[in-house]
Order: sequence, then structure tokens, then C-alpha cells
Amino acid sequence: MSRSDLADAFTDDSALISYVAAGDPSADATREYVEALVEGGSDVIELGLPFSEPVAEGTTIQNAIKRALDAGMTPDAYLDLVRSLDVDVPVVCMTYYNLIYQYGTESGPEEFVEAAADAGISGFVVPDLPVDESGPLYEACREHGLDLVFIVAPTTTEERLDRMLDRTTGFVYVQGRLGTTGARDEMSDDTPAALDRLRDADVPKAVGFGISSGEQAREVVASGADGVIVGSAYVDLIAEGVENDDPTDAVAERLRDLAAELKAGATASVPEPERK
Amino acid sequence: MSESDRPGKFGDYGGQYVPEVLMPAVEELVDAYERYVLDNEDGFVDDFRSRIREFGGRPTPLSHADNLSERYGFDVYLKREDLLHGGAHKLNNALGQVLLAKYMGKERIVAETGAGQHGTATAMACAYLDMPCEIYMGRTDVNRQRPNVFRMRLHDAEVNPVDVGSGTLKEAINETMRDWATNVEDTHYVIGSVVGPHPFPAMVRDFQSVISEEVREQSRERLGELPEAVIACAGGGSNTMGAFSAFVGSAALAGAPEGTQDAAPDVDLLAVEAGGSSLGVDADEGYAPNSASLSTGTEGVLHGARTKLLQTGDGQIVESHSVSAGLDYAGVGPELAHLVDEGRVEPVNVDDDAALEAFHRLSREEGIIPALESSHAVAYLEQYDGDGPVVVNLSGRGDKDLDTVVEESTARDIDGAPTMEVFEE
Repeated sequence: MSRSDLADAFTDDSALISYVAAGDPSADATREYVEALVEGGSDVIELGLPFSEPVAEGTTIQNAIKRALDAGMTPDAYLDLVRSLDVDVPVVCMTYYNLIYQYGTESGPEEFVEAAADAGISGFVVPDLPVDESGPLYEACREHGLDLVFIVAPTTTEERLDRMLDRTTGFVYVQGRLGTTGARDEMSDDTPAALDRLRDADVPKAVGFGISSGEQAREVVASGADGVIVGSAYVDLIAEGVENDDPTDAVAERLRDLAAELKAGATASVPEPERK
Repeated sequence: MSESDRPGKFGDYGGQYVPEVLMPAVEELVDAYERYVLDNEDGFVDDFRSRIREFGGRPTPLSHADNLSERYGFDVYLKREDLLHGGAHKLNNALGQVLLAKYMGKERIVAETGAGQHGTATAMACAYLDMPCEIYMGRTDVNRQRPNVFRMRLHDAEVNPVDVGSGTLKEAINETMRDWATNVEDTHYVIGSVVGPHPFPAMVRDFQSVISEEVREQSRERLGELPEAVIACAGGGSNTMGAFSAFVGSAALAGAPEGTQDAAPDVDLLAVEAGGSSLGVDADEGYAPNSASLSTGTEGVLHGARTKLLQTGDGQIVESHSVSAGLDYAGVGPELAHLVDEGRVEPVNVDDDAALEAFHRLSREEGIIPALESSHAVAYLEQYDGDGPVVVNLSGRGDKDLDTVVEESTARDIDGAPTMEVFEE
């Protein structure tokens, strides 16, 4: 398997993957935020395409999605936004399956995958599409050279993990804790165990769900992750900006600073964790 | 095995579209469903059947509606799920699932509710079987179904109002899935209808299939034949599938009396949806003034299954509407969607006003106050053009709806509605 854009983004010094919801609070603001996150050191942008029923998200991202939908974000506007981004890191589309399935004139994932590939998307994360139902999207992604990233949960069984690793390309998204997305103060005890199970997998491993500080990023990488995924912590800053009516560039500055802190944490030189 | 051949598919519908964190629990449930429900391991189905008799009060009667029969010129029978303990068919499923959770060794139950009937039934089953229980309910529904909220609390369930979106069933389901994802290791999610990932649509249908099993037996005894049609209201579709399953040959609960599990193609199956105030969908506004997903929905993926949905062309789910909280949902069970595509079930609809009129008609003419959900099925008799006999599944009683009915009947000047004006000071 040749390495993809996404896999290549996992450099020697650990990757930072940054999520924001497209259109929160406007497409123009998102463009500025994404560029700031890349300036801050993000190696991959995970750009959320808002769906009205985001069952895998906690309150923070739920509210962001609502702001984006209220501001008129649609799949076509999303693709326009992706085309207009001036960044040199891969962009992953995170969304729910119904939007991919409905796009275009025929039911099924092919049309959206083709449009996404044309717009410059490198891959997909689809939280409500377990490996069992992923055949059509997997095929479409292969055809257009896109990566399909699967989420490994703390509850995932060995048998399921094997099936996922068969299909996952780009990187593995390790869900660091039970539940939904959302910033937390501490790393979950589940994370090192989850990474331990993936030690031999021949694909980069990135941990998400709950990471909000440079210190947490450092701990996660020290536990064996190749990268960290951060979303709610940025979205909290965006929400705060919306609440206070702050100018977009002021919010972008805060996002840049947080990304820089997270990237520094992720790349901090740390001793190898003690092997059990 | 190709993905389309996996169990839990009804044609192209069904499946298991849930976050990975829930998939092992879903697989564990599939295993428990196959062992306990389909194979009656440890006598589970016998236990269920015994409890739904003793605690639930089954069988419910099949009552001849004398005055409605005279009015329409054919025999109308009412399958009296309103007489089941708790006042609605919901107990069949809630008791089945809470009991199954016990057999599986689960320690906690979560559930969502729209009208409150499923929440009440689940709280009741949890009190009976000694299981801690937490219910999610949209804020709008909490406000329009207060008696049921109090009933749930009487049974010691915790009720969590959900403030997101329109505060109805769709949002309550999202929130319950989030709770389940957080507490999946010891918690079972009692889904209230034939929706969600496999095995829920099949399992809920099986628990509800006691309705059509009894309809077949009782029809033979009472009529000497099967009815010409079975009419049931359809929101998510649990009472619908319960009333239809033994006529489409999909009932699978062990120990069904002989002759109650063979398809009966001559019986017309009519799923009555909430036509709301109009069948149009305002996609720009993200709003459908109805809950008629079988009649007007398009194929998509929501809450764990591929099915017919009320959605925009882009795939965003729209807010639905019905005067009946229990029908107010943008999706429908995948098996029903499939049966409609196959031509086995006919989707029809009645609007809010017709349902309210039927509510008053049944109360006035038969001495039965029906749930607003069931009133939709009763209202369809005004349009029915057969000769009968027909069975209307009266899925629940209407005590919970009295506040809504007083308010809506007055506001809309509904024909035949009594007024309280003369009693007010």
C-alpha cells in the first residue's frame, strides 16, 4: 500500500489534527480559522460538514453544527469552501453518512466522493458508518484515491479491530474514551490500553475525544500515539467569540495560539512509556 | 457474506449505522436476540409471555364497535391495546426489552420518549423488574405530556428534558444514543419503536407481534374468518408492525399459536400516517407540517438504519409535525418502508383535524377515549371504501392527550368537540 497524503502528514515529530465545523459561524470565518490552525502547526485539517443529527458529538460541537446550519452551510457550500482554502495540509471531511449518501442525483456515496476529491478533500471520517456498512463508501474512496479513516473505540473487539484495519487508510482514529466528543481536563485511562492494542498496526494512530491542552497532547503521544485530534477545545474558543461578538481575526489568533500549544505538546521530547 | 445479505436488512432498508463505540453492544444484543427471543433460550419467551399476561393483562379484547359499525355500514372491531396495563401497546416491547436486559446482565436502562407512553411503559417495566431507569424527553413533549412525565417519576424513573432543536422525539433519540455511547458497558437502550440499528426493528416487532397473533385468533373465534383489513396508525411504526406482522408472516416470537405466523395476503394492511396540516415539505425552512415519512419521505440513513425519512434534498433531517406527539417523528421503521415498497402495506394519511374529530367521535359514540395517535387510525374509517369487517388497532388510550385536545379542539373549532366554557367562572 502506497502512503497517502494523510499518512504522509504524520511526520517524525507527531501530527496535530485540528477539527472545526465548516460554516461556524460563517464560511468566511471558517476559512480564516483553518488558515490560522495551519499556521499554528496543524498537520491535517478535519473539516466538519454539518449534519442536523450529530449523534456522536457532545454539546460543544452540536452547538457549532447548529450555528453552521443556521448560517446556511450546505454540502455544495462546503465544497466551495474547501476549494477556496489556501493551505498546504490535507483536509479530511468529517460528516454523517446521510449527507454523503444523498448528494447528487443518485442515492449512494459515489457522487459526493467524486465531488469531494475534485474539491481537494483527502479522506473521510464518518462516525455513524461502522466498518460493517462501509463497503460502498470504501469502494468509492478507493476509486478516487481518498482515504477512509475508521474510529477505534475503547469497546471495539479484536475481531472488529482486524476488520477495520483491513479497510482503514490514512490513519486510525483512536477514540480515547467512551461517550461523545468534548474537551476534558484529563486523559482517559482507556487511551494507553487502546494504543497498546494498535502497536503493531501498520498505519499512523491518532487519538481524539477529550484532548484540549498541550500537556494532554504530550501525555497522549507519550503513550504511543502518532498524533492527536483536537476539536471541541477550538470550538469552545469559536463559541466564546460568537458570544462576545469578537472580530474573526481575534478568534483566529486564539486558535493559532492553541494549535501552537498543542503542537508543541505533541512534539515535546518525552521518554518512551514503560512497557508492561 | 455481502453487506446486503447481512441479517437486519429489509430489502435495501435497515442495517446498523451507529458509532463504533456502540457496535459491540449492538452485536451483543444481536446475539442475545437470537438466543433468547428467537430460540427461547432459558425459557425467555415463556417468561415474557407469562409476564405480559400476569403483569400486562393480555390478551386484550377485540371489541365490536356497534355504533361505528352502524355509521359506516360494515363491521368495525377495535383491538384494545388501550386496555393493556399502562394504557398503550408500548408495554409489550418495554417489558420484553427490560426483561431481555435482565437476562443479559445489564444494570441500567435508558430510553427516549415522544408522547411519554414508551417512557411510561419502560419506567413501569423497570419498577416491576427492579432496574434503574433514565428517560430522555424533548422539552416540547415534556410540556405537552405532563401527566406522563409524572407517571414516569412515580415509577422512580429519572426524566431528562432535552432542550435542543424542536424538543421532540428526534432530539430525545439523539440524546439517548449519547448516553448509551457513554455508558454502553452496563446500559441497555430500550428503543421505543421498530426503528434503530438491527436487531431493534426485528426485535421490537417480535415483542409487538402478540397483537396480530391475538387479532388472528380472536378474528377466527369472533368472525370465523380473518378481517378484510387491519388499520393502524404509523409514527415510528411499532403498533403498526405489531398489528401487521402475523399477516405478513414476519412474526418470529416463539410459542405463537398454530396458524398465527403464516402470511395472509388477502388481508389489507393500512398504515395511517399523520398528515399534520399539509403533506408538503418546506425544505428551505427545514420543516414538514406532517409526519408522513412512508407517504412522502425519501430513502436515507438516520438513527441507526436506512429507511424512509423526511429530509431536504441535501440530506438534512427536517422537523416533523403532528398534533399527536407520539407520531411526530421524521423517520419510520425500515421493515414498514420495505413492506410499502413491496406493495404489501398501503400508506395512507389523515390530517390533524380529522384525527381530532375521530378522537371526539370515538369518545362520544363508543365510550372510549383514544390516544391521539390511535385517533388517526380511527379517522381513516371515514375514507375506507371496503365492506369490512375491519380491525382498527387502538394502540392506546387518550387520557394523556386531554390537555392538547381541549386546547386544539377549541382553537380549531373541531366538529363535535364539547366545550368547558359553561363551567368556567
